[in-house]
Amino acid sequence: MEHRLNRILPLAALAAIPLLLILPHIFSECHALAAEAAKFAPAPVLSSGDYPKAGGVNPRLFVWMAAQMHLWFAAFVLAVPIFVLLLEVVGVIKKDSRYDKVAYEFLRVSLTAYSITAITGGVLLLGLVVFYPDLMKYLSAIFGSTMLFYALFFFVESAALYVYYYGWKAMPSGGLKWAHIGVGLLLNASGTTLMFIANAWVTFMMTPAGVDIAGVFDGNVWHAVRNHLWGPMNLHRFIANIAYGGSIVAAYAAYRFLGVKDRAEKAHYDWMGYTANLVAIGALLPLPFAGYWLTAEIYAYSQQMGITLMGGLFAWLFIIQAVIIGALFLAANYYLWCGLGRGVNGERYYKYVKYIAFVIAAAFLVWFTPHTLVLTPEEAAALGGQYHPLLGPLGLMPAKNTAVNIMLLFTFLSFLLYRRAHRTPTVKWASKGNAVEAALFTAAIVNIVWLGVYYGYFTNSVYKVASSVPQVATTLFVIVACLVMEYFMHRKAEISELRWGVVPDRSQYALFLIAVSFTWLMGLMGFVRSAIRQHWHVYSVMRDNSPDAFTPTIAYAAKVVSIGTIIFMAMIAFIFWLSHMGQVKGAGDE
Amino acid sequence: MRLLKFVLTCLFFYLLLKAPGLFLGKPVPSSLIAMYMFFIVITVLLVMTITDDGAEKLFAPIRSLVEDPSKKLIRNVVFVVVPIVCGYAVYDSGEKKAPPTELRAVHPAPPAIVKAYGKTFDLASIGNPFRKAEKEDPAAFKAFVKEGSEVYFKNCFFCHGDKLDGKGHYAHALELRPLPFTGTDTIAQLQESYLFWRILKGGPGLPREGGPSISAMPAWENELTEDEIWKVILFLYDYTGNTPRSWS
Repeated sequence: MEHRLNRILPLAALAAIPLLLILPHIFSECHALAAEAAKFAPAPVLSSGDYPKAGGVNPRLFVWMAAQMHLWFAAFVLAVPIFVLLLEVVGVIKKDSRYDKVAYEFLRVSLTAYSITAITGGVLLLGLVVFYPDLMKYLSAIFGSTMLFYALFFFVESAALYVYYYGWKAMPSGGLKWAHIGVGLLLNASGTTLMFIANAWVTFMMTPAGVDIAGVFDGNVWHAVRNHLWGPMNLHRFIANIAYGGSIVAAYAAYRFLGVKDRAEKAHYDWMGYTANLVAIGALLPLPFAGYWLTAEIYAYSQQMGITLMGGLFAWLFIIQAVIIGALFLAANYYLWCGLGRGVNGERYYKYVKYIAFVIAAAFLVWFTPHTLVLTPEEAAALGGQYHPLLGPLGLMPAKNTAVNIMLLFTFLSFLLYRRAHRTPTVKWASKGNAVEAALFTAAIVNIVWLGVYYGYFTNSVYKVASSVPQVATTLFVIVACLVMEYFMHRKAEISELRWGVVPDRSQYALFLIAVSFTWLMGLMGFVRSAIRQHWHVYSVMRDNSPDAFTPTIAYAAKVVSIGTIIFMAMIAFIFWLSHMGQVKGAGDE
Repeated sequence: MRLLKFVLTCLFFYLLLKAPGLFLGKPVPSSLIAMYMFFIVITVLLVMTITDDGAEKLFAPIRSLVEDPSKKLIRNVVFVVVPIVCGYAVYDSGEKKAPPTELRAVHPAPPAIVKAYGKTFDLASIGNPFRKAEKEDPAAFKAFVKEGSEVYFKNCFFCHGDKLDGKGHYAHALELRPLPFTGTDTIAQLQESYLFWRILKGGPGLPREGGPSISAMPAWENELTEDEIWKVILFLYDYTGNTPRSWS
């Protein structure tokens, strides 16, 4: 049996990869045939009477909430297997059973969320079919074949999930373990493909392709799938899922840390929280750049959508986004600073914390400084306009790019100090190595600021946007170069045991804050992304003529998303509790 | 002592934020100060509580005030004074009866299309028809810019100023005042098609998100020809040394 599984499961995982590669061709073929059979109709022109009513239900709010819940749970159940697979592989490579234990524990926690994801998906579909039948009919005519593939991959994902979970203990080591990892890969590949397919539908509604101005489909579904935003959206959501999964696992660990009394268990959950948070923050580092690409593509596609997004109506939601991301960075740093106490040498770095905090806070304030200010009439009269003469330049993207890169560098510095809290290098060139690292940081900061100031404010807009690339490259270069140097510098270092579990309870609340911030951000920015279509179902092709075809106020949107966040987090807390209850029962049975 | 340090640090940053208003007459908006101070206080608090010992020392005076029986008199005084001060602050803030603060998008999103001169313009795709002369025929381009400057000084400079700095003769009578075209945060941020729309339709053509519509900018479509508008746009960029936003 073991031998057979050994051969079949990795093959199954490998088979999924070419399937993904040929998907576009299959889509094309399907619709080439379909196009021959039938001419496609233009997008329907609807009136308010074409939108069914059901009781006193507000259709937009119903669909909005269902979509939001589905997206949160879907992100959770897509993120967790990525995270679990990473941990499992690391555990095998490092031969450390702790990783395996944590990975399995979390897969178990996420099981309940799978069924809720399916339920919320069903509710969303129901809402769309009931309230927006013409839109669904139009989208189905274009994406019908992808919807069938969606169902197929949903089936593959479910099957892989069950084999992955129930096979965990039956495939504990050797070749079977690698076979199990192969199933995990299949699970992730199918889950990610599901997301990519759904992304195609969503991005088509924003930047339609494969249709003419009247919405007549050209018959090639691959054209519609590979629309302007599909690539950036796929990348952004994929990275974000890893970060999100890490943050939720870290929150679970924090929940357990605060609840257990036993020192060994406390140490276990402390380690789990740290590892999960490391993955979350590691994935968070490239996320702003993926987001920047997505936004630049939105601007490039439509000036109107771009300005609505960041310069006009929704600019203040971006300020809220900046505030939440900044808070997230502060929380991540606070967690690392508190963790310095785990190492015996941690105390020697306490004195640097206030300087790091100062730089991060200063960068944070620049990061969320708005360009268009909220002014009292007296302030408006004193300033003569909506822009502040001193703070105005800080409201532009070059300042934001500069600030976020510096924030990332100093967060990385906190991480370096944390790593050194229990390591003392023994190589002769340690002091020179420190000097080189310091020089790298200094040169990087000078370069980032120069790029931001010179290209951002003294050249034209093409260079201004392009200068963000070398800024990011500088940050990434310093991170990679310092990690390589740290590796060689600490290869034979004196390493003391980290005191897991010896960390203030306060630090665990930082992990909660990170998870909540991620959730809230996803809701707010998801709303903005969707709402920049304004009164269009499919931007510039199919007009939304329902009674709800108006953009709600920022306050209303923020309330809906915030209530959604509370409901979702309450459900996640319930899942944690449920899982813990099952574990306690299981332990008793054993 | 540590609590005092905390308060003084926060106070220092608060005064720093107040300084532009006090010394330069250019106040940092109260809404922004509130946001800044919220995170400054949080950051200082975080730095001071990374160890249990630090947190204990920071909160010790408050704990002592609440729990120490020997501080009964001070406790009672504080418990009376603090609510009174808070109450007065609320009362005082309500006394001014000032108009509400405003959030107005200075550069609201343009529509996808605009109609003028019996034509429909797609703002996503149109460009300045005279721009290509910049490379192909510099002498002609210079002439277009000069024509644009004449349009500007006959029509626009009264409000926007002879230096394009938003300080024209009439500017001081306007609320809000015209924005300067100089600098890098107004027209340098925008595509030429955006300026075309704003000049064409003026304040009356602002979308609702641009409201409260207090722009005094007239709609120039009845006063200027299409070519004149494109040429004055050339002049605005040329004079200020800015380059229109583009994506290639």
